Formats: sequence, C-alpha cells, structure tokens
Amino acid sequence: MAYALQQLINGLTLGAMYGLIAIGYTMVYGIIGMINFAHGDIFMVSAFIAVTAFTLLAAADVTSVPLALTFVLIVSIFFTSAYGWAVERTAYRPLRGSTRLAPLISAIGMSILLQNTVQLTQGARVKPIPPVIQGGIELWSTPDFTVQIGWSQVLIIVTTVVLMTAFTWMITQTPFGRQQRACEQDRTMAALLGVNVDRTISLTFMLGAALAAVAGVMVTVYYGVVDFFIGFLAGIKAFTAAVLGGIGSLPGAMLGGLLIGLIESFWAAYLSAEYKDVATFGILCLVLMLRPSGLLGRPEVEKV
Amino acid sequence: MKKTLLATACLALGTLSSAAWADLVVAIAGPMTGQYASAGDQIRKGAEMAVADINARGGVLGQKLKLEVGDDACDPKQAVSVANTMVNKGIVFMHGHWCSSSTIPASDVYAEADIPMATVSTNPQVTERGLKNIFRIMGRDDQQGSVAGNYIAEHFKGKKVAVVDDKSAYGKGLADEIAKAMTAKGAKPVLRESITAGEKDYSGIVTKLKQAGVEVMAYGGYHTEVALILRQAQQAGLKLTVMGGDTMTNSELVTAAGPAADNVMFTFSPDPRKNPDAAPVVEKFRAAKVEPEGYVLYAYAAMQLFDQAATQAKSAKYKDLEKTLRGGNFKTVIGTLSFDAKGDQKAPGFVVYRWQGGKYDYAK
Repeated sequence: MAYALQQLINGLTLGAMYGLIAIGYTMVYGIIGMINFAHGDIFMVSAFIAVTAFTLLAAADVTSVPLALTFVLIVSIFFTSAYGWAVERTAYRPLRGSTRLAPLISAIGMSILLQNTVQLTQGARVKPIPPVIQGGIELWSTPDFTVQIGWSQVLIIVTTVVLMTAFTWMITQTPFGRQQRACEQDRTMAALLGVNVDRTISLTFMLGAALAAVAGVMVTVYYGVVDFFIGFLAGIKAFTAAVLGGIGSLPGAMLGGLLIGLIESFWAAYLSAEYKDVATFGILCLVLMLRPSGLLGRPEVEKV
Repeated sequence: MKKTLLATACLALGTLSSAAWADLVVAIAGPMTGQYASAGDQIRKGAEMAVADINARGGVLGQKLKLEVGDDACDPKQAVSVANTMVNKGIVFMHGHWCSSSTIPASDVYAEADIPMATVSTNPQVTERGLKNIFRIMGRDDQQGSVAGNYIAEHFKGKKVAVVDDKSAYGKGLADEIAKAMTAKGAKPVLRESITAGEKDYSGIVTKLKQAGVEVMAYGGYHTEVALILRQAQQAGLKLTVMGGDTMTNSELVTAAGPAADNVMFTFSPDPRKNPDAAPVVEKFRAAKVEPEGYVLYAYAAMQLFDQAATQAKSAKYKDLEKTLRGGNFKTVIGTLSFDAKGDQKAPGFVVYRWQGGKYDYAK
C-alpha cells in the first residue's frame, strides 16, 4: 500500500509535467490545426535558460530559494515566450494559407534547428545544477517502506494546479479567451468581426511557450540535469498526452498528461519497466480506436 | 640498385594511379550529436591529435593523412548511411563506430567495400559474424560482464543485487553477462529490469529498487541514465552502489550525479593513462586542455594502429593491411595490440574501477 502511494506520487509529478507541455501542443492545434513539433525543443530551450539563470544567481550569491525560483521563472518565461513568438513569426506565419503539410515540415525543421543550435552553442555535455530544493516530508512510515514526497514534487503539483485553474479561467472568462475561441471556430469570420487573428495566434504560441518554460524550470529543479536532447522524448510523451486527452481540449491535455504519468509509473511498479512505453502507446491506440477524437475531444463536424 | 629504383618507381606509379597524390583519407565515426555526443567528442579529440602528430612526422607512406568525421548519433540507420558516405569518400581506414548497435550494421558496409576498421564496441556479435575487416581494440562484453559479475558475487556477499539494462545491444548484452556470471557464483540477482534510455524520470524504477531492498545495482547501459538514477535514488532516500561497464568512464557522470558518483564502480581495460609509454602523449593532451580519459587514447591508438600497419605493409591496400593487422604486433598508447582470427584483441583484460572525488581509480 505504501509502495503504491509512493508510485502514485511519482506518477502525479511526472504527469503534471507532461500535462504542462501538452497544453502547448493542444492550444496551437486548437487554433491553427497544426502540430507544433518544435514545442518539445522550446521546452528544452527554456530548461537551458533556467540553468543559465540559476548559474547567474549563484554567481551573485543569492541564497534565498523562493527569491531565486521567482527570478528564474520570470526570466525563463520571458525569454521562452520570445522564442515561441519568433518561431511562429519566422517558421509558421509565412506558410499560413499554404498546404497543411508545409508548416508541419517547417516545424520539424525548426525542431532540428533549435536542437542543433543549443548543441553547438552550449555543447553536447549535460549541464547540471546543484540541488535547489532539498528534503521533503515523510508521509507514512511502515516497517519496510517509507513514503516520501519531496518539496520539489509538491512545488510541481501545486504549480500545475494553479496554472491550470488560471488558464481555464482565462480561456472561458476573458476577452482574450473569447478571441482565441473565435479564431478556433472560424478564422475568417473572427477577422471580419474585428479580431486580430495574427496577434491572437502569436499570443497563443507565446502562452504555450510560457507553460513549457514553467515545465522547463520544474524539470531543471527536480532532475537537476538538462541536455540539448531532453526536448525529444518529453515532446513525444506530451504530444501523446495531448492526443490521448483529445487534441484541442485544454482539460484533455492535462488529463492525458496525468494518465500517461500514472500508467508509466504503475506499469513500471507492478509489471516491468521494460514495457511501460508499450503500455502507454497501447492504451493510446485503444483510446483512438474507440474514441478517435480522444477522451475529452469533440468530434470534428464536417462542414457542408 | 637498379632493382630498388625500379621497385620504387613501380610503387610510386601504383600509388599515383590509385590516389593521384591525394591524401590518405582515414575516418572516425560515432555519436558526434545526440545524447551520447560527449563520447563522440572524446573520439574526435583523440583522433585529431593523432592525425596531427602523424602528419607532423611526415604522414604515412609519404602521404598526409586527412581525417573525415562521421556522425551516426548512435542510430543504426544513420550509421549505415554514414558508412556509405565514408566509402564514397574513399577512406582507407575507419575507427568506429562507438555504439555496438551502430557498429554491427555499419561494419557490413565497410566489409563489402574492403575497408579495415578498428572499433571499441564491446558487444560480442561485433566480431562473431565472420567479418575479416574488423579489429576490436577493446575487450568484449562477455569478458567484461564476467569480471563485473564475479566482483559483485565476491565483494557484495549477502547483499541484494538488481540487474538493470537500457535495452540497447550493448546494455542488454552486458547485463545478461553480469547476471550469468553472478548466478554461476551462487549470487542470484533479486530483480532483473530494463529501462528506456533518454528519459529523465526514473523514479518508478528507483521506488521499485527501494521496495525490494536493493543495495547494489548492476547496470548495462550508458552513463547519462546512471547519473539520473543515482540522483533520484538519493532523493528517495535509497543508498545505491552501481556496477557498470566501460561507458562509465565518462566524467559527465560526475558533473551530472554530483557526489553520488562516488558510488559508481565499473569495468574498463587497465587505464591507458597509467601506461608509461603513453606519458608523452598524455602530457600533450593535458597541455591542450583535453583530459585523455575514456576513449580519447583509444582513438589515438586506432590511428597509430593504421600508421604502423600501413608502414609495415608498405601499402594502404586492404589485402595488405588486413594481413599485417592480423599477424603483427603494434605498439600504441594503450599498450601492445595484436589480434586473433576473429579480430578480437589478444590480451584485453578488464579491471574494476571506482569513481572517487571526481577521478576514477582501480577499486580496492
């Protein structure tokens, strides 16, 4: 029982991070119907920005953890959003209105570009930071197993819940959210009604990047190492989460992320770690066969 | 006198017709990008220094060496396309690839094109397929695994041991050999698991190890995952000793795992840096701010191997090189090399090392 609880905590932490990245995929898909394959690499860039910021802080002798975290978050969100904006501006906007495949290829190109730029400028070696948040709480102690939750895990889960609430509020209640939903439904009509479509799309990319930046900072704090390759697997997993939950749906992305995190840790816990990816993707296949639009996705209605 | 002149003229003509005063092209291939790029970096630094040194002495057979670098990112498909590119570039010798899973498919391409290769890949299958062009300048996983397995059985008596691998050709091969050697000595592993390389989260497996009360983890795979597992084990309050293979020589392990790296032991050939004959070369690397750890000196030795074989054979042709390599003794920075009929090094030998304070040394 204690063991299962520990695996549940592991799974939730992992799932929260997948979910944060998955939202970036789902928002972009919702608004322009395209998979942003460079999103995983945007996440990787944000982790590098976080490492740089942490190193700067260490050089400036800042020792207060909350202060350091806030600073790193702000810096990382700012620069990563700038990356998100630049990627959209240079690689996707010029291709809007061309075939559906063109921006997809462009996105893959952007992914390769970001990965290799970081490799060349930062080197291929892993970049470590010393543990920022140490310790945790012992939740439950049985004679043969102690359930622990680290402060960094608490931080990740709490941040995700807060961000999710804020985002849902933003999409459903604010004028910007309304504009986003308008662009999602019908871009031409939205433009005719005075919505600045380009600006809305740009902002969506920046928001997605900002969430990836939060995930990037969390990964840096939690795992303590980053390298230029982390975007690839994280991107694939988050993309799977978005599809599982129903691509285009915000709560779906979060649900998908949590599901994948939990499937992975419980499969590894009770069956074998060897086949946990098989389990993840197997369940994805099943869901897509039974509900092609994902768990919370709306089926696309063919317009006549 | 006349005869020698004639012979020289013939030789000159021979080389003229084949290469027309061009440089001799030699190549290295390995993961120059991708998650194991730091190993590719070691290979490149070693080979570049060796080629520069050989050229400074006047080259091989009077021709300068030119180094080509191939990047397979440890991807078997990319390895084959790198091999084809290298064949088209007319290379006469290859040092590579690094990952066993890349070396195996790529070697078929080189074999077909009659290009001799020296590799550090340790999977037994590399030399077990009857190819004549492969020479392994490193030991094999079956030897490596039995050294590691015996060490565990003798030194960690009564402790619970898990055997974990990363599903790669190298990792699984090594882990299987370790498990086999342990079981033969009566120390059966309590857990046999595989993980996916390239991920960041190994808390699932760490929790599983903790639940099973494992104290020692024998690991077949690469250093990046070990660093993450160690860090996460520390967070989970699990004290873990790791026994790995030759890939643990990478100092990236220490930067990534921090002080927890002191719990890592591994098997590797006797440290070439301790070889007195290698001292001048080691000095030279350190002067150039390159620590000749891991595969650096192996890459240097591979180029020396080509230099000496071509000089002894007085030819860079495949037939002559192959015959000389198989029969000869070559004095390199990693010791004297000679090969058996399969192409395995005759006296490999593995030693158990331990990381301590950022350096590795023989384990007591």
